Amino acid sequence: MSDSAIAASGLRKAYGDKIVLDGIDLDVRAGTVFSLLGPNGAGKTTTVNVLTTLLKADSGTARVAGHDVATETKAVRAAIGVTGQFAAVDELLTGQENLQLMADLKHVGAREGKRVTAELLERFDLTDSAQKLVSAYSGGMRRKLDLAMTLVGAPRIIFLDEPTTGLDPRSRRTMWDIVRGLVADGVTIFLTTQYLDEADQLADRIAVLDQGRLVAQGTSEELKRQIPGSHVRLRFASVHELDAAARVLAGATRDDENLTLRVPSDGGVKSLQALLGRLNDHSINAEELSVHTPDLDDVFLALTGHANTEVNAR
Amino acid sequence: MSDSLIMLRRNFKHTVRNPITVFNAVLLPIVIMLMFVYMLGNAFSVGVKYIDYATPGMILLAVSYGLGATATEVNDDMTKGIINRFRVMDVSRGAVMTGHVIVTMARSLISIAAIIGVAFGLGFRPSASSLDWLAVIGIIAAACFATSWLTVAMGLSAKTPQSAGLATVPLIMLPFFSSAIVPAAKMGAGVRQFAEYQPFTPIIESLRGLLAGTPSTGYAMAALAWCAGIGIVGYVWAVATFRKRV
Repeated sequence: MSDSAIAASGLRKAYGDKIVLDGIDLDVRAGTVFSLLGPNGAGKTTTVNVLTTLLKADSGTARVAGHDVATETKAVRAAIGVTGQFAAVDELLTGQENLQLMADLKHVGAREGKRVTAELLERFDLTDSAQKLVSAYSGGMRRKLDLAMTLVGAPRIIFLDEPTTGLDPRSRRTMWDIVRGLVADGVTIFLTTQYLDEADQLADRIAVLDQGRLVAQGTSEELKRQIPGSHVRLRFASVHELDAAARVLAGATRDDENLTLRVPSDGGVKSLQALLGRLNDHSINAEELSVHTPDLDDVFLALTGHANTEVNAR
Repeated sequence: MSDSLIMLRRNFKHTVRNPITVFNAVLLPIVIMLMFVYMLGNAFSVGVKYIDYATPGMILLAVSYGLGATATEVNDDMTKGIINRFRVMDVSRGAVMTGHVIVTMARSLISIAAIIGVAFGLGFRPSASSLDWLAVIGIIAAACFATSWLTVAMGLSAKTPQSAGLATVPLIMLPFFSSAIVPAAKMGAGVRQFAEYQPFTPIIESLRGLLAGTPSTGYAMAALAWCAGIGIVGYVWAVATFRKRV
C-alpha cells in the first residue's frame, strides 16, 4: 500500500441512465507507467477526471499520492500534474508566457520560475519558438508545450489523457521519449490511449477498459497471450474450393458464411510464399488474400467478445 | 502575486493582442459617434447642441461594444480546456472570473476616455461641476461593473464562443433603443415605451443631467438601482453557471 501512487476501488459514475464507470479497481505502483487502454467512450477520460478531482464519482473510493480524491482535493491537486485530451494552452500567449503563467500560479518564485521555464523550453526543444504566440504552433508543438506546462512544479504523479491522439508518427515518438525520460526520473505516469502499440511501448501495466468496466489487466506480455496471433485470411469463390483448401491447410479456421479461411501465420514473405505454393500445388484458387496482425480490434474481440465499434467505424 | 492578479495580467495580454477586440471596444464607438455627430447630428433637433446631447449615449455605447469580446473570451476559457488546468492547480473560480470583469471594465474605461476626448474635439462643452464629474465616473463604473458580470455569465452559459458573442448582441443593440441618440419621446409608439423603461435610458439620462450641470436624483437612483439589479443577477448567474459547468 505504501508504494501505491494511485489506488481506486469500486469507482462508479453514471449520467442519468448511462453508466460510464461500472466499478473500476486500480492499483498503480509509484514510479511505474500504467496505461488505460480503450476505445472512445469507454470511460477513460471519466476515470482520469475522477482521479484528478475534476469529477466526483457516484460511489467507490480513490486515493492519489495517499490522499482521498473526494475529501482531500487540495492535497491531491498539489501532488499531480494533468495533461488533458485537448491541449490546454493559451493561444494568445507565447510559449514562454504560458510556462511563466504556470510558474506564477504554482508560486514557485520569480527566479525559480525563470529557471524552470528556460529549462523546460530547452528540454522540449521549444526554445526557438519560445517568443512566438502559441496560435502559430503546430499540433505537436502544442502538445509538447502542454506537457511542459504540466511539469512546472515537478509533480510526482502525472496523468496523460490520450497524449498522442492526432499526432504524426514523429511527434508521437518524441512524446514517448519524453514519457520515458519522466519515468527514469521516478515519476508515476497514468496514461490513457486508444493505441495498443503505445501502451505496449510505454506501460509497465495495462488495463483494458470497455464500456466502463476493466476487462483485463496485466503486463503487455500477459495481455498479448490472450490475443490471437497474426493470421492470413483467404476468401474463396465457392464452398467447394473452401472445402479443398481447409483439407490442405491444417490448423485453419473456416467461416462458411463468408467463404473465408483463417490461417495462422507470421505474415512474412516466406510463409506467404509457402502458403500460396501449397494452394498452387493443389490447384486451389483464392479470390482474395489479406494479412492481419493483432491490433486493438483483436484485443477487444478477444477480451470482450464484441468488436471495438469505434475502431471498426474508421 | 495573487491568483487574481495573475489572471488579470493574462486577460490584459489577450485584449491588447487581439486587434478585433481593440477595434470593437475602442475604435468602433468613436466611428459611430463621428457618424452620428457629423453626418446625422444636424438633422436631429434635440433642444441642445447635438454633441452635448449625444456624448452620454456614446459613453454607454462604448460600454456595450466592449462586451462581445468578454463573452467570447470567457467561453474560450471554458471550452478550450484551460479551465481544467486552472482547476487542477487550485486557481479559485473567483480569480478566473474577476480577471475577466476587471479587464472588461478597464477596457471600457479606456474607450470611454477616448470617446470623451473625441467629444471635446467635436465641441462637447459640459457644465458639470467636479462633484458632478465624480458622480458621472461613479455611475459609469457601476454600469461597467454590472454589465461585465452579466456578460461573464453569458459567456459561461453559452455552448460555443460564437454563440457567446451572439448572446451579447441584445446588449450592444440596447443603446440604439434608448435615449442615447434621440429622445425617447420622439420615437414611434411601442419603441418609445420600450426606450423609456429599459435600463440604459435612466443611466444615460442621469449622465446627461450631470454633464449638463442639471443633475436629476430620480434618474440617478433609477440608474443605480438598475446597475445593482443587473450586477446581482449577473453575479449570481455567473457563479451558479461556473459551479455547474466545471
